[in-house]
Amino acid sequence: MNLHQLTIAELRRLLDNREVRPQEILDDIYKRIGDVEGKVNAYITLTKEKAYEMAHQAEEAIIENRASLLTGIPVAIKDNLCTKGIETTCASKILKGFVPPYESTVTTRLTEQGYMIVGKANMDEFAMGSSTENSGFHTTSNPWDLERVPGGSSGGSAAAVAADECIAAVGSDTGGSIRQPASLCGVVGLKPTYGRVSRFGLVAFASSLDQIGPLTKDVTDSAIMLSAMAGHDPMDSTSAPVEVPDYAKALGQEIKGLRIGIPKEYFVEGMDKEVDASVRTAIKKLESLGAVIEEVSLPHTGYATATYYILATSEASSNLARYDGVKYGFRAEGKDLMEMYMNTRAQGFGPEVKRRIMLGTYALSAGYYDAYYKKGQQARTLIKRDFDNAFEKVDVIVTPTSPSPAFKMGEKTTDPLQMYLSDIFTISVNLAGIPAISLPCGLTSNGLPIGLQVMGKHFDEETILRVAYAYEQSTDWHVRRASL
Amino acid sequence: MSTTSGKYEVVIGLEVHAQMATDTKIFCGCSTKFGSGPNSQTCPVCIGMPGVLPVLNRKAVEFAIRTGIATNCTISPYSRFARKNYFYPDLPKGYQVSQYELPICEHGSIEIVVDGETKTIGITRIHMEEDAGKNIHEGSGSYSFVDLNRTGVPLMEIVSEPDLRSPQEAAAYMKKLRTILRYLGVCDGNMDQGSLRCDANVSIRPVGQKEFGTRTELKNINSFRFVEKALEYEIKRQIKVTEEGGRVIQETRLWDSAANVTQSMRSKEEAHDYRYFPEPDLVPIVTPKEWIDEIRSSLPELPDDKRHRFISDYGLPEYDADLLTSERSTADWYEEAVKAGGQPKAVSNWMMGELMRLLNEENRSIEDCLVKPGLLADMLKLMDSGTISGKIAKTVFEEMYRSGKDASVIVKEKGLVQISDTGALETAIDEVIAANPSETERFRGGDEKLMGFFVGQVMKATKGKANPGMVNELLKKKLQG
Repeated sequence: MNLHQLTIAELRRLLDNREVRPQEILDDIYKRIGDVEGKVNAYITLTKEKAYEMAHQAEEAIIENRASLLTGIPVAIKDNLCTKGIETTCASKILKGFVPPYESTVTTRLTEQGYMIVGKANMDEFAMGSSTENSGFHTTSNPWDLERVPGGSSGGSAAAVAADECIAAVGSDTGGSIRQPASLCGVVGLKPTYGRVSRFGLVAFASSLDQIGPLTKDVTDSAIMLSAMAGHDPMDSTSAPVEVPDYAKALGQEIKGLRIGIPKEYFVEGMDKEVDASVRTAIKKLESLGAVIEEVSLPHTGYATATYYILATSEASSNLARYDGVKYGFRAEGKDLMEMYMNTRAQGFGPEVKRRIMLGTYALSAGYYDAYYKKGQQARTLIKRDFDNAFEKVDVIVTPTSPSPAFKMGEKTTDPLQMYLSDIFTISVNLAGIPAISLPCGLTSNGLPIGLQVMGKHFDEETILRVAYAYEQSTDWHVRRASL
Repeated sequence: MSTTSGKYEVVIGLEVHAQMATDTKIFCGCSTKFGSGPNSQTCPVCIGMPGVLPVLNRKAVEFAIRTGIATNCTISPYSRFARKNYFYPDLPKGYQVSQYELPICEHGSIEIVVDGETKTIGITRIHMEEDAGKNIHEGSGSYSFVDLNRTGVPLMEIVSEPDLRSPQEAAAYMKKLRTILRYLGVCDGNMDQGSLRCDANVSIRPVGQKEFGTRTELKNINSFRFVEKALEYEIKRQIKVTEEGGRVIQETRLWDSAANVTQSMRSKEEAHDYRYFPEPDLVPIVTPKEWIDEIRSSLPELPDDKRHRFISDYGLPEYDADLLTSERSTADWYEEAVKAGGQPKAVSNWMMGELMRLLNEENRSIEDCLVKPGLLADMLKLMDSGTISGKIAKTVFEEMYRSGKDASVIVKEKGLVQISDTGALETAIDEVIAANPSETERFRGGDEKLMGFFVGQVMKATKGKANPGMVNELLKKKLQG
């Protein structure tokens, strides 16, 4: 049996029936990694020793009949989540060698649910990018076409799931960093409502936009992972004291009569024709399942990318100030303190991170604050209002996740603006703080995955999961696998 | 220096930083205790490790609100934190979490008294922020040390309006603020340990001119004495610059307490651009009216109210009331002594005189002194009843101060009861007269100045225990008789 090809739900049954041991699952996963990681390069660090320790504990829990949602399930963790005793780099040279003495709340919760950590997944440096080419260490390949990018910034997490190098993965999403790579790698990626999942231990990129979420092989696993991660955390003031429903229960409910909004601003010229066609076909499918399709308008969509790149970089310029070479990570030499600071940051950060620090510093500067940061905040409010208005008419909004399928490595690295446009359909969701899921809805003629995005109301992950599950069950895109 | 320095009027505004007396830091659970080993009171949150998040200490907000109410501020129902960005080794995150656009308290005032005149000083705002760490320059190496124990200790920055017109007013304002903070229990006011620090903005303008002159900002003023000295120096400097035809430039200057001068630190052009923006890791602070009311009702009686009450209830002069209410513990001690039966003005005299003198000698606080208020009241009763004289009382009080014993016990142990027995006194007087025949003759011959000599001799003979009034009366009778 190829255990690495199974889902969380499938493995759960095997584990609980004692048909398979957690160690056997790990053996199979690490064998798979041995077979394909040389081509995919999804990981920065493999945590084999720790994983087998956790497998031992998982087995005990199963024997003692106290198995939980993830007991014995191998999961990859994006390398911007702090893991106690395990190097956490954010794919940046500046954090090389940084071993946190504390654990993120999300990985703590996953541990409580019995998961086994496979390794720390590659990403764009500090989660800044849409292709994982900004990793300070190495690039990751898209398992569907090794010459193409897996998307980003959670490219390592998405590629690991698509290549069966783990059963599920955790990523973070600031402007589309879970959904866009999920779309490009043909897996399911969920960005929860801002405040649904604790950010404690997530190395911050843009604090008001960052949110942690799962990347999985199907919608059921997405619901399981979210249940394991979500909930208020006293260590994160921005995590909401809102009750967490049993997401698995939302699955399987029919979507008859459910109102689905299609924003006209998301079907624009210049979009890849095959993406356009696949998404329209998916909408037809939803309609055939009984959903009511309505056109809606999100009039400020055109401002989203500019707004995002002002606000996210402003916050980033401040969040990244702490990497000064003094207390942890990389330090360059310098003849005095100022030179040490400057050399450390010049050598430690990659070009995209520097670009964003400079952009954000500029946007917050005296004399420019009103024209940039403040305007950005105002535009953000308008974008939020667009969604509030639309959600008065509809229950969910459906769009493409990415305007194009996976692009070739190097294709956009010389043109940051082109790269930024990879996120035009995902960014507004972060600005509004609402939840959204991306799931496979087709393949291009040359075999590249296409993603469908379902956006929901604040804290209504149940409805997007319900819609996603209904669609998934009526198609077979989610069982297609990359041939490696 | 008077309110005006000749033809110039002085304009001063103070920014006072007060460390809040919370047990733990503002955004984590680390202790705020002063004087522990370097970096022993730190955690991933206060030293700004990657991925950690701040969680606001509710007590710090309560302390800021207490201070706001006590200084007649408006308490904002909605307030928020902001990040102040700059690089410095003692600032581990590269930004300080402070408040900028929406501070917790605004538009307040306090009263000060200088040269008998009461003046209201406006308070622009009070905001909360985290303290930075401390750089320590020690040893001969080409590096310094950083102690982050202080990082994250909650601070209040209390910003005054430019209402102060002399260094004396500035010092009085600072003292008054300290008294209020200590009354509220929100800050220990210890300037030596840096719990209370102050920056001053100062400018001069020709008398009668409405516009403010160019100001300089003085940093590093860490005692009441320095407030006055630094301002006096800076005012003289600004006047000199102006008189010599120069212009005061806007800059930050550092007070050098060893050299007694202010020195330029950075000019306006070199000033930091702090790039303030709302702190996204913390949610806005919402202060419901009920909470503010609850805090208001829990406030102690404030110094001004107490002072007025001491004047009206106990008939004390303003001077006494001022001194006795400058510390809550002193005022409490006073009231207890009066409650125990001490005559109000007599209690005040003894406290301001003997008690303060003894406490100052030992640098001891009134809380941990052995004399309790009841003991003073009892001693005053012994004086009233004539058991001891005022002179003996001083000896008794000092012994009470050392041992904490009852006055009556001390009097008994040391045999200090006043001799008011006519027979015993007459015997002593007869002996003195017999022993000094020539002085007796001179007195009888009209040299009445010798009365003092005779009283002294009798007191000496009775080891000071003779009732002075009776000695006088009996002596007069015997000498003239």
